[in-house]
Amino acid sequence: MATYQINVNGERREVNVHPSTPLLWVLREDLKMTGTKFGCGISACGACTVHLGGVATRSCIVPISHVGDRAIVTIEGIGQDSVGRAVQDAWVEEDVVQCGYCQSGQIMAAVALLKHTPKPTEQNIEESMGGNLCRCGTYPRIRAAIKNAAAKGGA
Amino acid sequence: MASAELSRRGFLHVSFAAAGGLVVSLYLDPRSVVEAQEAPLPPQQPKVYPPAAFVNIRPDGKIVIQVNRLEFGQGVQTSLPMVLADELDADWTNVIAELALAADVYKDPMFGIQMVGGSGSIAHSFQQYRELGAKTRAMLVAAAADRWSTTPDQCRTEASVVHGPNGKSATYAELASDAARKPVPATVRLKNPTEFRLVGKKVKRLDSAAKCNGSLKFGLDLDLPGMKVAVVAHPPVFGGRVKRIVDDEARRIEGVRDVFEIPLAKGTGVAVVADKFWPAKQARNLLKIDWDVTGVEPADSSELWTKYRQLGQTVGNVAVSNGDASALDKIGAANRIAAEYEFPYLPHTPMEPLNTTVRFDGDRAEAWAGSQFQTGDQMAVAEVLGLKPEQVTFHTEMAGGGFGRRAVTDSHIQREAAVIAKRLRGTPVKLIWTREDDVQGGYYRPMHFHRVEVGVGPNGLPAAWRHVVVGQSLLIGTPFEAFAVKNGVDQTAVEGASDTHYNIPNLHVSVHHPKVNVPVLWWRSVGHTHTAFVMETLIDELASRAKIDPIAYRRQLLKPEAKKLLRPLDLLEKAIAGWRNRLPRGHALGISCHESFGTGVACAVDVSIENKRPRIHRATIAVDCGLAVNPLSVESQFQAGLSFGLSQLMAKGAITLKNGVVEQRNFDGYVPPYIVDAPVAVDVHIVPSTEAPTGCGEPPVPVISPAVVNALARLTGKRYRTLPLVNI
Repeated sequence: MATYQINVNGERREVNVHPSTPLLWVLREDLKMTGTKFGCGISACGACTVHLGGVATRSCIVPISHVGDRAIVTIEGIGQDSVGRAVQDAWVEEDVVQCGYCQSGQIMAAVALLKHTPKPTEQNIEESMGGNLCRCGTYPRIRAAIKNAAAKGGA
Repeated sequence: MASAELSRRGFLHVSFAAAGGLVVSLYLDPRSVVEAQEAPLPPQQPKVYPPAAFVNIRPDGKIVIQVNRLEFGQGVQTSLPMVLADELDADWTNVIAELALAADVYKDPMFGIQMVGGSGSIAHSFQQYRELGAKTRAMLVAAAADRWSTTPDQCRTEASVVHGPNGKSATYAELASDAARKPVPATVRLKNPTEFRLVGKKVKRLDSAAKCNGSLKFGLDLDLPGMKVAVVAHPPVFGGRVKRIVDDEARRIEGVRDVFEIPLAKGTGVAVVADKFWPAKQARNLLKIDWDVTGVEPADSSELWTKYRQLGQTVGNVAVSNGDASALDKIGAANRIAAEYEFPYLPHTPMEPLNTTVRFDGDRAEAWAGSQFQTGDQMAVAEVLGLKPEQVTFHTEMAGGGFGRRAVTDSHIQREAAVIAKRLRGTPVKLIWTREDDVQGGYYRPMHFHRVEVGVGPNGLPAAWRHVVVGQSLLIGTPFEAFAVKNGVDQTAVEGASDTHYNIPNLHVSVHHPKVNVPVLWWRSVGHTHTAFVMETLIDELASRAKIDPIAYRRQLLKPEAKKLLRPLDLLEKAIAGWRNRLPRGHALGISCHESFGTGVACAVDVSIENKRPRIHRATIAVDCGLAVNPLSVESQFQAGLSFGLSQLMAKGAITLKNGVVEQRNFDGYVPPYIVDAPVAVDVHIVPSTEAPTGCGEPPVPVISPAVVNALARLTGKRYRTLPLVNI
């Protein structure tokens, strides 16, 4: 076990866990922030996507010992950001979700896309969202919501 | 029992007093009666649905509606409250939906158990929820009329307010406690469809915001004081047993509390209990287990194919024999087509890994699960713990997908959780199946082989059709067997073929059900996953052979009474008129239509080949689901459900076994559709209808795969009969 100071959604948090513990499980079990989801554990589905130092990252394969002082933003905190808020609003407006389990990760990936590329093409969307699995298959509405958020220019 | 459990949950305190003796007439739509052949129990007698168990009008004006089914994406947590709220004239902005506990009162009116399946939620509970809403409204109006010394017919309702004579008004919240003392009316007038305020309108989901900000809790997110987490090491071959465990290293992981052998549905396994998930998983990786697999059949896909192909050459148990069984033999070889199809095992892989939490307190227990079969899962937990079902408070947790995987007749997940919780008496234990457990853990859509011989008549239409299906039965050996297995034919293996709506004069369908040591389970749309593929690709091939337009050919061949397919085909033809003849070079049109669970669907796709894979530029859907209760939900189910159907075309979209061991482990070996694999755009057209509503959860799935390969066939000239689609 080791103690780590991490920065989550702008707050300093301290956790005492084994260094190999993935950030995902620190968020979910130590900090009780369960909006970030466990889907596969091998970075194949994107349900665990968070922003680490501003980059969309699969938290299921990042050991806590590798996080350092990089800012962590999760689905619980992304609404404080104007792009994040715009994407969440667009998701609701387009009635994207079905089971909803993957949508935290989808939203985090979409926010990262729009921060980098405010007016994405279909190809940009496919590239950025290409690793986020949705078993319900809400992909057509995910496309629509990203375009909706882009049109409103949350950035 | 129900009211005791409800009281514990604490939402009865200002609610209507439970009024027994209310008999709600059962709503039976003729199509649902057909589906009921698959029911586990005979349709129940009309039974009591006390409004108090379903509606709670709180002092703050919020109206809490209990949903008698699991929500796992299909939208019923919005649609059923819409139905009730409409008849109640409730203010929709103040409606809250909750997933009900397991209790008799929440059993499906048709199936007789509490469950989600067979696309039955709206089909079976539409009338039930209308009547509940209307009766609740009548009691509120009666209370208001008393208060104002007038009669109910002098009152009207709107947005949770009763308006009476002389400008009097009272909110539902103000009237709730008086209304609770009113008798529940035996009969009540329901709205004329023109009076609906919510039903038939596009209403957005109630659960969107909470699913977009991370606040919604799924079963896996449950956190209870003192809770422990368990994972289980399962045998490498189904049915294997633990011979020896070396667990010293595993026990040294900090946070690990216990390691012990447990019985499984088949064989035995090793449970690891820890304070949190990560130590439990680390410890499981360090276990050294010798497995005894003697006497256990090591299923092997390639050996099974050999066996299935041989079986498919012979006639099986007869599902249907119409006309002359020897008619085929009288048709010359030049006019006969023989086609063989192969469908692999398929996993469901819902996004939320399977899980269940149980706490055993000696004389009672509590369980939390995203369950499609609350009744059976509650009974299973009780049985393991030596309790009666009513001693187990069973919470329905929001589930991250399911697609059939949470409707398991042996309740194996709940049994594992209960066995572990029994040992840790007083401590809540959350059992988590990792993705590897899920992909390798069985309960797959069975593999199937089909052999079809068609004799073509002079008009280009099929004159004789001999069809043999080979595949494990889903239902033999389960409580459902008595209702859906007849003469050795499991209806869920032949549905969609033996009951085809095409008018084929000499139709003979038979089935073999080999026994294989691989647990199998229904996969969204069940038998239609394979039968629709066979029927719709062959019909398309016959249309091409006859040089007839694929829509016109289907229309010509369908029985005149197949309105639920004919109407969508007509609508589809209109909907695609703008694009079907303007496809870019390298693109092709693919058509299919199929009815399942009482809902008819026609599908058109615009497909090209990119990077050796089908690229679906557009899909157009026309659907007849009777009255569309929430057209937005119908549209969403189709737009998204097509992707689930496309799972079976993915290059790595199969489960295979070698010497009894599943060869795929996670989403690297089994790869479902991602955004590039899905249709870029889907437009959905709903046939206007006032007929009884039918379900839309499963009907999107069967149509898409045949439509896509029918388009590919036009591009390449090849026919695709082996899934997954590895090479184009």
